Parts: sequence; C-alpha cells; structure tokens
Amino acid sequence: MMIPSPWRADFPAIAALQRQDQTYLDNAATTQKPQALLDALTHYYANGAANVHRAQHLPGAHATQAFEDSRLKVAQWLNAGDSGQIIFTHGATSALNLLAYGLEHLFEPGDEIVISALEHHANLLPWQQLAQRRNLKLVILPLDVDGLIDLTAAVQLIGSRTRLLAVSQLSNVLGAWQPLTALLGMAKAHNALTVVDGAQGVVHGRHDVQALGCDFYVFSSHKLYGPDGLGVLFGRNAALEQLQPWQFGGEMVLDANYHDSRFRPAPLGFEAGTPPIASVIGLGATLDYLAGLDQPAVSAHEAALHDYLLRGLAARNGIRLLGKPQLALASFVVEGVHNADLAHLLTEQGIAVRAGHHCAMPLMKSFELAGAIRVSLALYNDSEDLERFFEALDQALELLR
Amino acid sequence: MSLPVEAAEALQTFQNAAGWEQRARLLMQFGDRLPPLADAQKCEANRVHGCESQVWLVGDLRDGRWQFRASSDARMIRGLVALLLLRVNGLSAAELQQVDLPEWFTQLGLSRQLSPSRSNGLNAVLTRMNELAG
Repeated sequence: MMIPSPWRADFPAIAALQRQDQTYLDNAATTQKPQALLDALTHYYANGAANVHRAQHLPGAHATQAFEDSRLKVAQWLNAGDSGQIIFTHGATSALNLLAYGLEHLFEPGDEIVISALEHHANLLPWQQLAQRRNLKLVILPLDVDGLIDLTAAVQLIGSRTRLLAVSQLSNVLGAWQPLTALLGMAKAHNALTVVDGAQGVVHGRHDVQALGCDFYVFSSHKLYGPDGLGVLFGRNAALEQLQPWQFGGEMVLDANYHDSRFRPAPLGFEAGTPPIASVIGLGATLDYLAGLDQPAVSAHEAALHDYLLRGLAARNGIRLLGKPQLALASFVVEGVHNADLAHLLTEQGIAVRAGHHCAMPLMKSFELAGAIRVSLALYNDSEDLERFFEALDQALELLR
Repeated sequence: MSLPVEAAEALQTFQNAAGWEQRARLLMQFGDRLPPLADAQKCEANRVHGCESQVWLVGDLRDGRWQFRASSDARMIRGLVALLLLRVNGLSAAELQQVDLPEWFTQLGLSRQLSPSRSNGLNAVLTRMNELAG
C-alpha cells in the first residue's frame, strides 16, 4: 500500500535532497522548511530589515509589527488566550535554562525538583545544575516497561517537598505520549510549578496550554518546520510573576542607571538583546502554513506512516524496539549488530537517520545500550522514503551478518 | 615519503573497489585482521573519547619507530583504524609528524569518514594519535 504525502511539494528541500540521493528520516532532530517560510524570510530581508521595539522609523515599525504578529500566531497555535505570555528565546534549550535560572530564587536547600528518566539533556542538565547550585534534590521518575512515566511511582515521588515538575510531553527516543494530565495534577496538588518540554510534542497534533494546565510550555521552532535559533516559552501569568530576568541588556530594561536598573515585565523583560527577528517572522509564516492544512488528514498520514514503519521493523529478524512507540518515530537496535556499523552503512546508502544516544545518555544507559538507530517522520515523508530505508537496512544487515 | 608495503597493497585494493558495498566488505576484512588487544589494554586510560563506539588506542615508540595497536567493538571503525595503523606503524617520530593522514584516507576513497559531522570516531582517533605521539 502506497502512502503518498500531499504536502511533499510544499517543502522544496525534499526534492533537493532526493537529487542528492538522500532520504531524510531524521525529523526529530530538525525538519525541512515549507516554501511559505522561505518566502517570508526573503520578503523580510529583501524589503528592509530593522530592529524591533526600538526605533520610531518606518522599517522598525514594520519589523515590530511582523514580529508581534508572530507572537500572536504562536499564542493562537497554543491557545494561550489571555492566560499567559509568549516569550521568544534562542531555542528550547535556552528557554529551559531561562526557567532554571529565573526561578532559582524560589528554591531552598532540600527542596525537590522532579523530572523523568526519559528527559532530553535540555530538560535534565539545567535542573541538575540548579540542584547542584542550590543543594536541591533532583528526583527522577522511573519508566514502566512501555516507556511511559510510571504513575504509581510518581505518586510516591511527587510530594510536599516538590517545588517543580519538568517533564517531556513526547519522548524523542521512545515516541510515546507521557501521562501529563495525571502528572501535572499530582504536582499541582502539592503547589509545585509545572514545566512541559513540548519540543517533540508540539510537532504532532495541536496542543492547548490552557487545557493542559501547565505553568510553562517550551518548544523549539526548527522542529516545527520553522527557522532555527528560536525557542518559544509560554508562561502562565501567575507563574511569570515568579520568574526573574536571567539575561540582561537591550530592550528588556525599563530604566537603567549606572548602579541599578528596573526591567520590563514579560514578554519583553525576558528577551534581552536583539531577538532572532527573521526567525520569529519566519515561524509566523510556518504557523500560517500549518494552520491552513487539514489537521486530521496530517495526523492520519503520520499515523499511517508510523504504522508502516513499525510493521516493516517487526517483519525483520532480530530488531528490538526501544519502548513502545506510538507515533512520530521508532528507535531500535539489532541483535548482534553495533549501531555505529549500521549507521555507517545506512549513511553510505543515503539514508539520513540518527544513531547514538539521542541527547538522552542516562536513558540509553538505563537500557544498557551505547546507542540506537532512530527513524523519525515528518508530514512530508511518504511510504517510498520508508521503502528506501528498509532496502538499505536489509542490505546493511546482509553485509554485517 | 614512500608508503609502507602493506599500506601500498591496501591502497591498491581500495582503489580497485567498486562501490560502497565492496569498500564496506573490505573495511570489515581489514578490521578482522587487526591483531586483538589484550583485555587489560581495553581500559579507560586507553579509550578514545568522542566515538559512537568504543575504541582503544595504545602506542609505543620502539627503537625510534612507532607501533600502535587498537581495537573497537564496532567493525567499520575497526577497519578504518586498521587502515590507519598500516599507514603509520613503523614510522619514526619525525615521519609521523609529516604524514598527511586525511590525504591517506582520501586516496583510499574514504575521505567522507573524516567529515566533521562524523561521529564514527576516526577524527577522534587521529587526535588521540597526535596526543600520544606528542
């Protein structure tokens, strides 16, 4: 059965990659960009770049308008409404570091930060380092056999000392939705702040931060078919009041003296220096493009491709999946075959997949694996991409076995 | 500087190889022929960091000539390391300083293995070899 992607032609890089005999299946790392984004970047740079929130001149006014329009589009994409603010950062990692530094003043020695065993380094290291700075306890929620955060254990581990819970919505290694509703409920019952790492989750389906009820939601533009160098931090109004500025300079200041200063409230108070203006405008264009797609059709396409991927892997001998992937990606190892060898031979055949620890070293160690191969899908992939991958996989395994 | 005999043979073999499949088979064959390292030498101190796989490298200067030995748990990198050792073993310290290793892998048709994004570790092995050779 063929699964064509009706959106493939909207992404010019896919055809370019195909001309270089490359099949791109590393979409959880970063995605190709729609023509609408390329047009928006060209338009911005060709028609007059200017800094935002500074100058009274016309180019400055245009740039600021486009920049703030994007903020509104992001807010709409997440259904933030009046519940909070959208802050632009230089990446998801940057947004999480902003939280770990900007909330630091709330923590007393002995307080607990709760994360899970499957966190990407971006949602592990900022908290680990904060715990070391403030002498806090970093509590790690274990996973069940399917790769989901174990709720029975979580009930025991999230308690009165918990000041903050930070968890991924969708694992970049295991490809499974995490039980956020239950986890956020437990954290809120203990008045803990809640942070959701939506870097992978935001790419699949639509998410409503008000329904989710988290204090902070973080994602990165480039994984959502947008430009790189741009992260998004949604913060609920009440939570933002507790967040202190982390980086200083530029238009985040309200009033500066030589020896003291006052700072703007969110969002501008957290956007020190010149923001990635073109990327923000480009993300707005990407969101316009995505909002124009038939979302149920996109989800159905992604589900069909994922099913195709899982069935293809299951049909081959000796392949062991990590966890029980539900969507978007599958990570696997092959019995008796080193993942570095497999990666080498897939690369030789023009298959762009990721091999290694996937920025989740502790998780890989818990599986007692040095690495795994990850195939990750996007809306422009089709069943032919997966067929090329399977042919290359069969060739590689034949050579290696 | 003339090539060591075994290196010249390897070069001929790889230059005659048609396509990625044959090169991959050859790499595995060369890797399989690499003399094994004793378990005691597969220790943390001898490990080359920055590889997706585990690679160990030891080197001694004997009678003014370098002798490196290496191993890996992955076959492709073991093959690449074997080709590296063919080229450098037996060289004097001065010769080792002068040998153009990226050029060696280019001649073998394996230059892509040295691109900066490659995490297979060949770059890390070369760096480590330079450290050992001082």
